[in-house]
Amino acid sequence: MNWHGVLAIYRFEMARFWRTLMQSFLSPVLSTSLYFVVFGSAIGSRIEEVEGIQYGAFIVPGLIMLSVMTQGISNASFGIYFPKFLGTIYELLSAPIDHREIVLGYVGAAATKSLFIGVVILGTAALFVDLPVAHPWAMILFMVLTSLSFALMGFIIGIWARSFEQLQLVPLLVVTPLVFLGGAFYSISMLPPIWQSITLFNPVVYLISGFRWSFFDAADVPIAISLGAIAGFTILCLVVIAWIFRTGWRIRS
Amino acid sequence: MSAILSVQNLRKAYENGFEALKRVNLEINEGEILALLGPNGAGKTTLISTICGITLPTEGTITVGGFDTQSDFRAARNLIGLVPQEINLEPFEKVINTVRFSRGLFGKPRNDALIEEILKKLSLWDKRDARINELSGGMKRRVLIAKALSHEPKVLFLDEPTAGVDVELRKDMWDVVAELKATGVTIILTTHYIEEAEAIADRIGVIRRGEILLVEDKERLMAQMGQKELEVQLSAPITEIPASLATFELRLNDAGDAVIYSYDTQGARTGITTLLNAISEAGLVLTDVQTRQSSLEEIFVGLVHEAETDNKETGNKETAA
Ligand SMILES: Nc1ncnc2c1ncn2[C@@H]1O[C@H](COP(=O)(O)OP(=O)(O)OP(=O)(O)O)[C@@H](O)[C@H]1O
Ligand SMILES: [Mg+2]
Repeated sequence: MNWHGVLAIYRFEMARFWRTLMQSFLSPVLSTSLYFVVFGSAIGSRIEEVEGIQYGAFIVPGLIMLSVMTQGISNASFGIYFPKFLGTIYELLSAPIDHREIVLGYVGAAATKSLFIGVVILGTAALFVDLPVAHPWAMILFMVLTSLSFALMGFIIGIWARSFEQLQLVPLLVVTPLVFLGGAFYSISMLPPIWQSITLFNPVVYLISGFRWSFFDAADVPIAISLGAIAGFTILCLVVIAWIFRTGWRIRS
Repeated sequence: MSAILSVQNLRKAYENGFEALKRVNLEINEGEILALLGPNGAGKTTLISTICGITLPTEGTITVGGFDTQSDFRAARNLIGLVPQEINLEPFEKVINTVRFSRGLFGKPRNDALIEEILKKLSLWDKRDARINELSGGMKRRVLIAKALSHEPKVLFLDEPTAGVDVELRKDMWDVVAELKATGVTIILTTHYIEEAEAIADRIGVIRRGEILLVEDKERLMAQMGQKELEVQLSAPITEIPASLATFELRLNDAGDAVIYSYDTQGARTGITTLLNAISEAGLVLTDVQTRQSSLEEIFVGLVHEAETDNKETGNKETAA
């Protein structure tokens, strides 16, 4: 195992993050506060309670998930796309480092950044509403697994993308809608029955539901299914990445 | 001396079907400097990229230090340093950080003393805290060299290391290469400056259209392929060469006051004595003679050109296919 190599990548990726620390810190604080003003106060004043939970608190897990997922994807996809774009990937390809180590460095850094943002949002939200955490370990586990698996997905997107437009395409066209329709801001039991069944094909539903369970001990789908979904998604991403490196797809001509 | 790098039957076809390397065989001895010459698009960068793992070989095997570059890639790549032809660097990163990064990436523990030594040797120490995008082109190229040296390679590939580097620094770079050779590093470099190959290489390889035309000891190549010329100054200009001298295939210079005779240095008899006798018999008076050896550049151009005409037909077939 080339640990020096993994660390070199990890540090290099994190360096960009430290350089823009204020920005990395301020933007989630600001956007969370805005969400609270819009959803929590304006809409929340009419909805008040969902499944016996104050609406302001109810949306927090969804808000965190939304950021952890999108940030995980964009950090990892930019992280690996940049060397391809700049040509600095030559060094990665000629170094005595295998694909597990490369993934560990890039995905580890991307997941760290998105976790950091998730924690900042959690902290900001706690300033606005009372936030019980029923299962703290489950909460941590869900957050870590989600940031990791979405960073893995971002890594795949970064390797697949041939332009900056393509890089933005998947997060914009696929992930954001899935998260919004995945019950980030409502309980799927609030939907008409037909939509409830359709929604169950949305994988994000299981993640948000499970994550919300770790706070309020109440979920749309059983917690075991949620855990299975996130584990399955992580494994799928790992398999795709293994295939990419074995065939050299879009990295080695 | 044993081979530290061995390339056997290497073939490389790109995804679009273009065959950039056709059955390349190459052995490089430990501690030598090999200069790879060839026109644009000959396959020099492709050969280096395939050895270093940036592109995958289509067929054939490559070993570095006895390790297969595919099945034993870690051990093989541990020995290799690469300075690419293109200047590929993170624009906003500090010089010293990119160099440290390279060392870490190759699995080596941090060593600031070594990095300092390398940056000083390449006249980059003053620029260590500058961002890459604040450097000139020649400085960037030296950063690439520093990155490659940072992990102490045993085999160093330099793909046109002195392109865009000024004359003085080019000489400095030759010194760096000579120093590396003295510490036992094997160096493979490509260049379009033939005087560079002439100045620092031990052996010369010529590649054209994906095929190695020859690999030869520099001295021997220059002696073997080299033509010598004898220039005979005449006391008065002439308009045409006397018929009696036709067998010597002389050339008249532009001013008409000197005849030039080309002869093979390998030949048993150079024919100089007979020529000089024939000249005085023809009634010409000579005032001076001088000899000149053809340079590597002329040899190279001759070689590539020769292969060009030899392969005209195969070349046509290639384009038709
Ligand atoms: N990724 C690629 N896909 C298809 N063809 C390629 C690719 N890279 C290089 N080639 C082709 O392979 C041939 C050899 O290119 P290469 O870069 O190895 O040449 P070179 O000898 O390094 O030339 P130069 O002196 O210009 O650097 C060229 O005809 C080039 O067009
Ligand atoms: Mg080249």
